[in-house]
Amino acid sequence: MTTLTAAEDTRPVRKRPLSPSRIVLHAFLIITALLWLAPVAWAVFTSFRPYADTAKNGYVSFPHSLSLVNYRTAWSQADIPLHFWNSMIITLPAIVLILLFAASVAYVVSRFSFWFNVPLLIFFMAANLLPQQVIITPVYEMYLRIHLPTWLSESGLAYDSFIGLIAINVAFQTGFCTFVLSNYMKTLPKSLTEAARVDGASVTRQFFGIIMPLCKPAFAALAVLEFTWIYNDFFWAVVLMSSGDKRPITSSLTSLSGQYFTDNNLIAAASVLVALPTIMVFALLQRQFISGLTLGATKE
Amino acid sequence: MATHVAPSVEADGTPRKGRAVRLSGRDRIALALMVGLPLIVVGGLIWFPTFASIALSFTSWDGIGGITTAKWIGTENYQQVATIYPGFWPAVRHNLIWLGYLTLVATPFGLFLAYQLDKEIRGSRFYQSVFFLPVVLSFAIIGFIVQLVYSPTQGLVNGIFGSNTDWLGDPSINLWAVLVLVGWRHAGYIMILYLAGLKAIDPALREAAAIDGAGEWHSFRTVVFPALRPINIVIVVVTVIEALRAFDIVYLVNKGRNGLELLSILVTNNIIGEASRIGYGSAIAVILIAVSIIPIIVFVWNSFQESEQA
Repeated sequence: MTTLTAAEDTRPVRKRPLSPSRIVLHAFLIITALLWLAPVAWAVFTSFRPYADTAKNGYVSFPHSLSLVNYRTAWSQADIPLHFWNSMIITLPAIVLILLFAASVAYVVSRFSFWFNVPLLIFFMAANLLPQQVIITPVYEMYLRIHLPTWLSESGLAYDSFIGLIAINVAFQTGFCTFVLSNYMKTLPKSLTEAARVDGASVTRQFFGIIMPLCKPAFAALAVLEFTWIYNDFFWAVVLMSSGDKRPITSSLTSLSGQYFTDNNLIAAASVLVALPTIMVFALLQRQFISGLTLGATKE
Repeated sequence: MATHVAPSVEADGTPRKGRAVRLSGRDRIALALMVGLPLIVVGGLIWFPTFASIALSFTSWDGIGGITTAKWIGTENYQQVATIYPGFWPAVRHNLIWLGYLTLVATPFGLFLAYQLDKEIRGSRFYQSVFFLPVVLSFAIIGFIVQLVYSPTQGLVNGIFGSNTDWLGDPSINLWAVLVLVGWRHAGYIMILYLAGLKAIDPALREAAAIDGAGEWHSFRTVVFPALRPINIVIVVVTVIEALRAFDIVYLVNKGRNGLELLSILVTNNIIGEASRIGYGSAIAVILIAVSIIPIIVFVWNSFQESEQA
């Protein structure tokens, strides 16, 4: 198992004179980085300008005043706190379930040699690769016909319910995590669980007591990725959620763009607000991010 | 109760190499649950709908009333989609352009960035964060950024160049305008995957990768790139799937009309649009399945070949 990361490079940077090719490289990287930041910087810049200022002077102009007024309007008009909370209700339970499901399957596949291991992995991995639109028609029709008790879903259906969105996200994402975790668990020494087995530890004890704690780096990386993906999801929420006040934040943004008139400054502020959580999660867990991500078989 | 017999049975029932580990009843139940629950969820919400899509594509059904009202009409939906459905061929063409652009421009650029940043270079981590930034933004937000950048009267591009092109409204250029920002995100994604791959290969090979100047291209092509085969397959699959899944940005810009038709959007419009034509939407979905099954097989096949070698 290699634990070197892209984000965290442990190699010491050797002091050496800058060669001409290095200077070219740095120049290239700086220019590219500036270009890369430009769209985001533009959105942030626009978000701080009151509409009147841009209406009078144009968007590409020197700002006469900067304020947080767009943020305040977006916060209340787009009901940011409510939709952010909705996103959390969907995202956090989904991540826990996905990691639990994926770890369970990965454990079975990596620690036992059943005949069905390979078909099982294919079953899960391939499910994650299908485009979402391939299954949406039947899922939509199923959700309209699955009745749930009202304490689980206000609508009484899987359609337009939090639990419905959690379920589809779990089903869709479990495959990817199973793939990563089974690769990860294969790198853990077999002797660990064998010793426990000899001591009479049950399967559940081996799983929760030995394997799960060792998978923490992989869980951290996957949690970051899954948070980003589920929080950013737009498609499931648009199709499977009809009540505007239950939509997660990413899809609720559409309510801000009017049919005839769109206040770009307001939209910019809302976009920045919506993007902040994923940027923060990534910044906080950047180190763990790639270290736990084992894609394909790596050499030990 | 089978719990108390477990130790002795397992202790001598476990040969070194043989896989005939005897499991107690409770362990069997635990394993069955560990596999069974995820199996039911993924089977019920992914695979059942997949096959249902295929079945529905041969029927005419408006989604109203029971499934029993669906009529079997053979391949009629497919014939109609291919002959008289106006959005279909443009959508195929746009998805292909999308795929071609990701494969020929965005993915190689991401690879190039990863390769440069894997050298011992000052500020590498800063550059990585910058290039990865668009990846943590949702496509929905990028859909808004697209509008901020390209708006005819309020946008950045027209503001800078003093032009008044309707970048998103003109069907001959709007696809390309959107693709610029799609590539912006995709390159960062590919970069991070490739960096993970580059770090995982033999340090001696990375030394080769760190050479500057003459022979660099040669050492990359003959040494580094082949060693990255496992990650290359992931990249190919990610690229193809991303091209087929493309949806959010375009949906936000104009719901996929007027030069921005995509297969995924046609499927969606047929079920949540004005008229729900389930059979029609399903036929287009099946075409998507047929195309995406190819990279899926390639990917799965390669993963298992590797795990056998390991």
